[in-house]
Amino acid sequence: MPPSASIPLFVLLGALGLLAASGVASAWIGRWSERGSVWLGVSGSAGACLAGLGAALAALAFRAEGTLSFPWSLPYGAFSVGIDPLSAFFLIPTFLLSGLAAAYAVGYFRPWNGRNPGRFWLFYNALVASMALVALARNGVLFLVAWEAMSLVSFFLVVHDDAGAGVREAGWIYLVATHIGTAFLLALFILLGRAGGSQDFAAYAVPAGSAGGLFALALVGFGTKAGLVPFHVWLPEAHPAAPSPVSAVMSGVMIKTGIYGIVRTLVLLGAVPGWCAWLMLGMGAVSGVFGVLFALAQRDLKRLLAYSSIENVGLVAMGIGLGMLGVHHGLPAVAALGFAGGLLHVLNHAVFKGLLFLGAGSVAHATGTRNVERMGGLLRRMPWTGAAFVAGSVAICGLPPFNGFTGEFLIYVGSFKMLLGAGSAALGGLLALVALALIGGLAAACFTRAFGIAFLGEPRSSAAEQVHEAPLSMRGPMLVLAALCLAIGLGAGGVVRLMEPAVAMLVGSAAVDAGRNSAPWLFPIACGAVMLLLLALIGSLALLRRRLLAGRSVRRAVTWDCGYAAPAASMQYTATGFAQPLTQAAAALLRPEIESRPPEGIFPAAASFHAETPDAARERLFDPLFRGAAKWLGRLRWLQQGRVHWYILYLVVVLAVLLAWALRS
Amino acid sequence: MLHPVLAVLVAPLLPGVINRTKAYFAGRQGPPLLQAYCDLAKLFRKGATYSRTTTWIFRAGPIVNFACLLAALAVLPLGRVAAPLPFAGDWILLAYLLGLGRFCTVIAALDTGSSFEGMGASREVQFAAFAEPALLVGLAALARRAQELSLTPMYAGLSGAEWAQAMPMLAMVATGFFVLYLAENCRIPVDDPNTHLELTMIHEAMVLDHGSVDFGFVQWGAALKLWVLGALLVGLFPSAPADRPLANLAVGLGWMLALAVATGVAESSMARIRLLRVPQLLVGAGVLCALGLLLGFR
Repeated sequence: MPPSASIPLFVLLGALGLLAASGVASAWIGRWSERGSVWLGVSGSAGACLAGLGAALAALAFRAEGTLSFPWSLPYGAFSVGIDPLSAFFLIPTFLLSGLAAAYAVGYFRPWNGRNPGRFWLFYNALVASMALVALARNGVLFLVAWEAMSLVSFFLVVHDDAGAGVREAGWIYLVATHIGTAFLLALFILLGRAGGSQDFAAYAVPAGSAGGLFALALVGFGTKAGLVPFHVWLPEAHPAAPSPVSAVMSGVMIKTGIYGIVRTLVLLGAVPGWCAWLMLGMGAVSGVFGVLFALAQRDLKRLLAYSSIENVGLVAMGIGLGMLGVHHGLPAVAALGFAGGLLHVLNHAVFKGLLFLGAGSVAHATGTRNVERMGGLLRRMPWTGAAFVAGSVAICGLPPFNGFTGEFLIYVGSFKMLLGAGSAALGGLLALVALALIGGLAAACFTRAFGIAFLGEPRSSAAEQVHEAPLSMRGPMLVLAALCLAIGLGAGGVVRLMEPAVAMLVGSAAVDAGRNSAPWLFPIACGAVMLLLLALIGSLALLRRRLLAGRSVRRAVTWDCGYAAPAASMQYTATGFAQPLTQAAAALLRPEIESRPPEGIFPAAASFHAETPDAARERLFDPLFRGAAKWLGRLRWLQQGRVHWYILYLVVVLAVLLAWALRS
Repeated sequence: MLHPVLAVLVAPLLPGVINRTKAYFAGRQGPPLLQAYCDLAKLFRKGATYSRTTTWIFRAGPIVNFACLLAALAVLPLGRVAAPLPFAGDWILLAYLLGLGRFCTVIAALDTGSSFEGMGASREVQFAAFAEPALLVGLAALARRAQELSLTPMYAGLSGAEWAQAMPMLAMVATGFFVLYLAENCRIPVDDPNTHLELTMIHEAMVLDHGSVDFGFVQWGAALKLWVLGALLVGLFPSAPADRPLANLAVGLGWMLALAVATGVAESSMARIRLLRVPQLLVGAGVLCALGLLLGFR
């Protein structure tokens, strides 16, 4: 292996070791010293993330490729880890957001009130390490071990506040969902390994004619983690239940391990049939529209963000689906644009969704509620958090000059380019185009609502009146992420150039060259110029406005409310009311449960309105399925006796059957 | 560079033309053609009153909206008059710059805490969610026809001969764009800029609290938006030969004024439709654009 690859790989392994060691040490010290525990946990986490980020960036920039293998006593297993541009690219958001969220967590959890902080830091650092190991693993068994570790430690983080029954239920749903997903992955890796004779990725072989089926297995298994509809049911439960720094990491990067799994499977499988590309594109479009519509109907700020994660994973999946369609139809420029847009959106979503979850955490921390109807007027009391949140909101709507625009731009151009071609592929371009435009408009509605109702206007409850700005340790990471939103937006050309080798792994370097020559593969310079022009215009208009108002009277008064003398906070538009025209239009999908007592009679007394929007897939697909399963499996209850000698008998019987089966051949 | 300067300076003329046309139909004399310029001059010299509820978001809204429309002129051609900074995919930036302007106008409205402005904001985002796909599908139809990814060559290829060849497709897209032009600029049949009842307004309801310099930018921005969306529509119509930029500019200006007259006629001869019907109208526009696109699939 060339030294250029072994250096970043050893640095990354060192970072994993530091994470594990600092987590364990933090839990151990935490029994005596709260400060020591927090300090150990956060410095280990931040230090490892900084080192890992540097190594990943260097590996991507210098196109380091190589594998290290250590013997391992597990059957079929080998501790073989490797780095290539794809792994390096996914490691960048992982370390970036995890490090910042760790710094945020210091202020978020204070005071600990006698609890052992090590309980959090042990699992948090283990989560970061296992996510990184998923991206580094080059052996099926090691990959599954890292995958399972990631699922388990994130379960413990979700149920961190285990006093609430809702939190425990959310954790349970998450645990079940993630293991169902893993079962499909187990099948995928066994089939790949059996054909290749070894569980090393390098040895994997695809049985003839089964690439499509294997891709479908990966789509279910990894799609469950990524949160693609209809496998998303755990996501809107688990993400709001977790503490906010954990929500940020789970939504920003952990669900992206699912995306990593899908693109890694594409690399392992080579060519897949055309229907896989259509499936991917279709699932992406459905996830995008479904996610944003449900986000629009939520009042819980973190649940809203969780649904918006489903939307954004849908956008990523659309980009990848477009890329696959481009590969299948021999359109290299479309393939390059689709994959590049999808991957860029992975990075972008990590930045702005991390920012928004941290912002939501600060707000929930300050007001004691996650219900936007009880917030309002927070921008004046929390100016920094509010400014960061508005930057994240503009970015997530895909609006220039922030980073959300750049990934969507590449996917748009890819779909347009496909639309210009002939035949059925053009319809794929049209599907992507319409879905993107629809998602864009609905996302703008969703986030003007989230920001406008929570941060603007007058406080809607006494809790919202008495809030204070978050401490520096919480503000700092948010402001860094907000600055990154703008920086990636303006410097998209450079970012795309940096991730070029990762895209080349998926489409071939010839396609990247073709894309570069024939299309705006590199983010067009003119587009960046117009965005800079926009910023310059905003700045100069602000100066002009100040000049014009200088020396004139500037007075303050109440909001004009049609001559009404006593405007009250409760007269403001509510979040439910703001979204009502759109949720009404989509009522067939959303099926809101409405309890209303309209005013009646000449002198109306009390009236009320309450709307709840439960998840459609959970209500109509999984709940009936699991109820049915519980009913049928309940008939096997008699097997569970609770007597140890019966269980020993079962073991003996199974062993005897296995022995007979083994001796048969 | 001539087109953006012309657009910024001439745009306030368009509301004047619309109002004069409406006055003619109503048998009134109507305000002077240059009334909008006088209004702007007056607004830019006034002192301001702000609601105590508002924050910097309220003050930034009109400026950002105006800046977005100015930046949009950098990629916007007028018929065969090329844009200053064309690039492949510039129509996406154009659509999203309009989106950013809308985003800022909406949150500025919510910043006041007024229920009227909340109502206007809610309606604005609802209609935008229906209008955006229609606009992009319409542009896709034009892109497919011209096999180009940038607005400037897309519109440069349209000539009289093109109309003879692809008449149904261009007519469908043009009709769709006209509906979008009326809807995005808050004209009848979607919104009534002259109504005095806040409950029924959309755009005017969102800017109820703005005054002085800020309202000047709002008004100028509204005029400029008439120009930007109008340019997407009138670019479809025949223009002068490609090698005569000044003649093209004059023809474009002529079409733009004719469009303003047509808007006045439409506003005079139609009633506002019910709010619940507006999404149907916008979806109809989207369907027309999609049909135009599908006609190109052969």
